[in-house]
Order: sequence, then C-alpha cells, then structure tokens
Amino acid sequence: MFDRKALKELEKRRKEWENSNYIPLKERNPEIREEFENLSWTRIAPLYTPMDIGDKDYLKDISFPGEYPYLRGIHSTMYRGKIWTMRQFAGFGTAEETNERYKYLLAHGETGLSVAFDYPTLYGYDTDHPLARGEFGKCGVAISSLRDMEILFKDIPVDRITTSMTINGPAPVVWAFYIANADNQGIPRTKLGGTIQNDVLKEYIAQKSFIFPPAPSMRLTVDTFEFGYKEVPRWNTISISGYHIREAGSTAVQELAFTLADGFAYVKAAMERGLEIDRFAPRLSFFFNAHNDFFEEIAKYRAARRIWARGMKELGAKKPRSLFMRFHTQTAGVSLTAQQPEINIVRVAIQALAAVLGGTQSLHTNSMDEALALPSEKAVRIALRTQQIIAEETGVTSTVDPLGGSYYLEWLTDRMEEEAMRYFDRIEQFGGVIPAIEKGFFQREIAEASYRFQRELEEGKRTMVGVNKYVMEENLDIPLLEMDRKGEEIQLNRLKKLRAERDQTKADRALERLRRAAEGDENTMPYILDCVHAYNTLGETCGVLREVFGEYKEPLIF
Amino acid sequence: MERKIRVLVAKPGLDGHDRGAKVVARALRDAGMEVIYTGLHQTAEMVVQTAIQEDVDVIGLSLLSGAHMTLFTDIAELLKERGMGDVLVVGGGIIPEEDVPRLKESGIKGIFGPGTSMDEIITFIKENVKG
Repeated sequence: MFDRKALKELEKRRKEWENSNYIPLKERNPEIREEFENLSWTRIAPLYTPMDIGDKDYLKDISFPGEYPYLRGIHSTMYRGKIWTMRQFAGFGTAEETNERYKYLLAHGETGLSVAFDYPTLYGYDTDHPLARGEFGKCGVAISSLRDMEILFKDIPVDRITTSMTINGPAPVVWAFYIANADNQGIPRTKLGGTIQNDVLKEYIAQKSFIFPPAPSMRLTVDTFEFGYKEVPRWNTISISGYHIREAGSTAVQELAFTLADGFAYVKAAMERGLEIDRFAPRLSFFFNAHNDFFEEIAKYRAARRIWARGMKELGAKKPRSLFMRFHTQTAGVSLTAQQPEINIVRVAIQALAAVLGGTQSLHTNSMDEALALPSEKAVRIALRTQQIIAEETGVTSTVDPLGGSYYLEWLTDRMEEEAMRYFDRIEQFGGVIPAIEKGFFQREIAEASYRFQRELEEGKRTMVGVNKYVMEENLDIPLLEMDRKGEEIQLNRLKKLRAERDQTKADRALERLRRAAEGDENTMPYILDCVHAYNTLGETCGVLREVFGEYKEPLIF
Repeated sequence: MERKIRVLVAKPGLDGHDRGAKVVARALRDAGMEVIYTGLHQTAEMVVQTAIQEDVDVIGLSLLSGAHMTLFTDIAELLKERGMGDVLVVGGGIIPEEDVPRLKESGIKGIFGPGTSMDEIITFIKENVKG
C-alpha cells in the first residue's frame, strides 16, 4: 500500500523515534511494563505504523465493504442502511412468563426475538423426565411440545419478526415446533425468518448440550440445511458459534479458529451429501463473543469475514451470500462480575461497541445481574438501552468500518488470521474437526487457556475490577428476577393433558415413520414435522432418535 | 507417607458449564490432591456411587444452572443415608446469597460463588477435611 522508498525512510525514522524518544522515556518510568499482551497472549507493540501493514494490497486484502473478501463489512451501506438487529436472548419458567417478557422487550424497542430454553429442553427431555429434576425453567423456558410453542408466540407476528433459537441437539424438533405453529396459523413457510443454532460441533467442544454421536448429528444438520433451502428459504439453518467456545475459556484466536474450522466442516459434510454449495451456504450464519480486549475483538470479526470468504471461494462458492459471513454477537457473560454488579453495565457497553465496530448483524447485550441470576426487567431494559445509545447517539454508524486502516487494527487482523491458519493445520493433522474432538484437542486447548488466565488473575497479572482490585464490602441492592412458583406444576399438568387428549394412534404412527426414516437415509425433517403436528412431545420425538442413533459420551479432560 | 487428599469434582444435573469445575480440578491437583472428575450429567445417585467407589475425602459440586437447591441437597441427603456423612462436601456456581444458609444446613460445608480464588478453595479444603 506504500511505496518502498517511503517505507524505508519510515523504518529509519521509526527506529530513531524508538531510540531517542520511547526508550529513554520508558527508562525514566520503571512502572511501564516490559511486555504488554492481549487476552490471547499476543505481544502488543507500543506503536504501529505503515511498516506493519506495508505489504498489504488494498484491493486484494482489504477492499471495499460489500465486496470480496468482505473484510470491511458485508454490505456497502452497513448501518446507514439498516441498524443491526437488537436481539436479547431471553427465556425462563413457563411459556406464558416468557411470552410476557418478549412483549415487554418488543415494546421497549427490541427488533428481533431470541429464545433461551431450559436444560431439559436443550437435551431433548420433557419437563416430566427424571433427569429434568430441579432444572425446570431455570436457565430458560421449558418447551416440551407444540402446545408450549403456541403459548410462547401467542400474539406475536411470526411472519413479521425474526426469531433466533438457541437449540442444538434437538434443533430439528424445536424448529419443527416453530414451523408447525406457523402452519397452524396459515402462515406460509416462505415467510418465516429466523435462526436455529443447530451447531453440534461446538457442543462437543464447549457448550456440552449434545445428544447424539457426531455422525448422526451431522446428518441431522445437513437434513435441516436441505429442508431449509427447499421449504423455509429465509431461515438460517445454523448459527456456527464461537460464543460458547470463548465462554468455556478459550482465547479470541481459538474462538476464531475453532469456529471457522467447524464452519468449513459443515460445508464439506453438506457437499459430501451432494448438496450444492450456493444453495445451502447463503443460509449459514455465525455467532461470536464480544469480550474485554477491545481491538482484539474488532480484529477478530474482520479476520473471520476474510477467512470465510477466501475459504468458501476455494470450496467453489460463487454467490456473494455464500461468501460473506453474517454474524450475531453477544457480550461476554464470563466477563461479568457478581461483585459490584452495576459496573457490568460499563463492561457491556464497551464490548457492544466492539461488536458494532466489527460489523455485527445482530447483537445481544448482557444484563448487569447475569452473574447472579436470570435478568430482571430493569436490568434487561438497561442492556437494550445500551444498544440504542450506540445506534442513535454515538455516531459510530455513520461510516462503514470506521477503524479500518488503523495500523494497529490491520496488523492485528492479519496476525489473528495467520494464527487461525496455524490452528487449521493442526486440526488437519488430526484428520479434521471430528477426530480432533474425539481426541480431546479443542477441549484441552481451551482448558489450558482458561486455567492459565485464572492463574494470572490470581497472581494479579490480570485485573478484574471488583474481584481482584478495587474490591469493597457491599450489600447487594439490585432486584433479582422472581419466577412463578407454580410454573412447574402448570407445565406438568399441560403435558399430562396433552398426552390424554391427542389422537394417540396418529401420534404413534408418526413416530414409527420417523424411526424408519432415521434408520434409512431419507431427510428426517418432514417426518419430524409430522410428529410434532400430531402433538408428540420433544422427549418422545427425540426418544425415537436416541434409540436409533445412540447417545454421545465425551472424553474427560481437565 | 501422608495420604493425599482425595477429591471428587462432580457436575450434577444437566448443566454443561464446566469451565469452573475444570479449573478447580486442575488447581486442586496442582495443590497436591488426587482429583477424580465425574464429567457431566451426573444424577445424585451417580455422584454418591462414585464417591463411595473412589473412597474420597471431599466432594466438590459445581452447578451454574440454578438447580442447586434440589440437586445439592439430594446429594447431601443421600450421603447421610449411605453413612458417608463425614465426607466434606463443598459447592460452587451461580448461587444466590439467600440460598447459602439452607445449603449449609443440609450439609454443604462451603459455598463458593463467582470470583472466588483457587487459593481460598484449597485452603478451605485443607482446613476442613477429616484426616
């Protein structure tokens, strides 16, 4: 980007600056540390100059937003055209309580919905399953059947609002609940927009709500890809997620590398099944974390877009929509402190700003009380207002990729891309993502990074305000969420009633047909839809798949 | 030679958040204890069975889903039933202050919330384990 002669002169001047200016000043200030490292233990220099990005070709490596390799953003107009979707992840207790929360959020300016399910639902169990003991409605809403889904979206126009659902192992069944609810209202499937997380690879790696072994899991995922582009074309059939990898303790570089490796693994699996890349790839979406190290996060999103575009091109994708990476961001839950919870508002604001400067398509801002409980109404309202302030007061939306061209940011973007590539090579040496999971590679890398960080925190090398520095005695004085104590009983009665009232012969027949489809190699989605339309529950439908596919047991690594 | 403290780190229930459990397991091992990790998705019965088989001195429970009132107390009850009442049981996770007295009453001797240092946990175990 710069001519050689100018760079040479610059390098000379930079050295002079360092020797005559920086070093003497540093020596007079012994409190200046010798080394500065970011959260991935990458050493950061005191200053970056054109030298650090001198070998870049602007048109090839950086280019314009909306153009390959999409480093600067996926659209030419970005937030001038459309602000990101403000999508707060929410769910607790019964479908009724969560439905009220959704209406509250929409009334306060939220622009998309995002469903958090409770643990039994995440594992494909109904509320009355023995393993559901104690877990009803705790981490999200309990959805055991189409009936619950009907209540969850009562009076919410699913043909006009998009919904994201964090569901993985049982994703095809829960998606079927959503589609069946729309079917019953006479809404055409082509009008439905939203996302199912449906990313099982990162479940084995980090989030751990897996059900089936890798091979049948990948088959179900590809079933949803195919069903999606044929029947529900506006639906994102996967959200390939780094969020949970990061929450489990990875570095930003690991989050970037492992997530993209997973992404390419899905693409290859679908192509091996004979699906055309430009038919399914436009509906692949991503999900990243927004953590504390501001510039590293922004660099991560930018690097992700470029790696994805280049990789997809190599795999034969041609449509822009197959090449550019769309992603959702959530601020880092793990960075929140139970101590002095109000200061989490500040952390979240900075993290959210990084996501916006990195070009996110949708955003969840965490609530200040999330290290203590599920968010209260007030806490979630402040979190939403934080996004609205960034969108409408700060002016950062006026220009596309406003930090692009920063010597530091461009250097860091390149550096993260290189490190991700090195991880790709290591994953290849295992024979791909699934063998690397089975050998515990990702799990070990993450455990190592999270332990190292924790030790540095305790040695005082890292700061967490309110935890290991600026600590104070305090009485908690923010209100926490209270749930309906009768919720579990309501849910159990509803399940009982559903089982008593449905056409049992029709329900059983649908399950039997699903079993045969799962044993063969037909696409399972139409059969799953028949099951849920016949009011088979989540547990019953997943139960058939559990019998056919078996369950995954993970290697134990710490 | 002095017998090493044997600790079972357990993840009861369906909660998949295992970062804390793994970090604590590593820290206890580095502090010279013998650590057995159950892995995820353990019922109360499974945790107690493993504790008996492995003849542990300490059980460390980790749960971030909010189901601790049910699952921690289930485990404490079961231990008493099986005559394992002298095993030191501690727990950690997202546990509201108001739940702590009832958990302690049920027999969970130490509760460690977010932000607890590894040293604090190690010291607590060393001071409270029955030799």
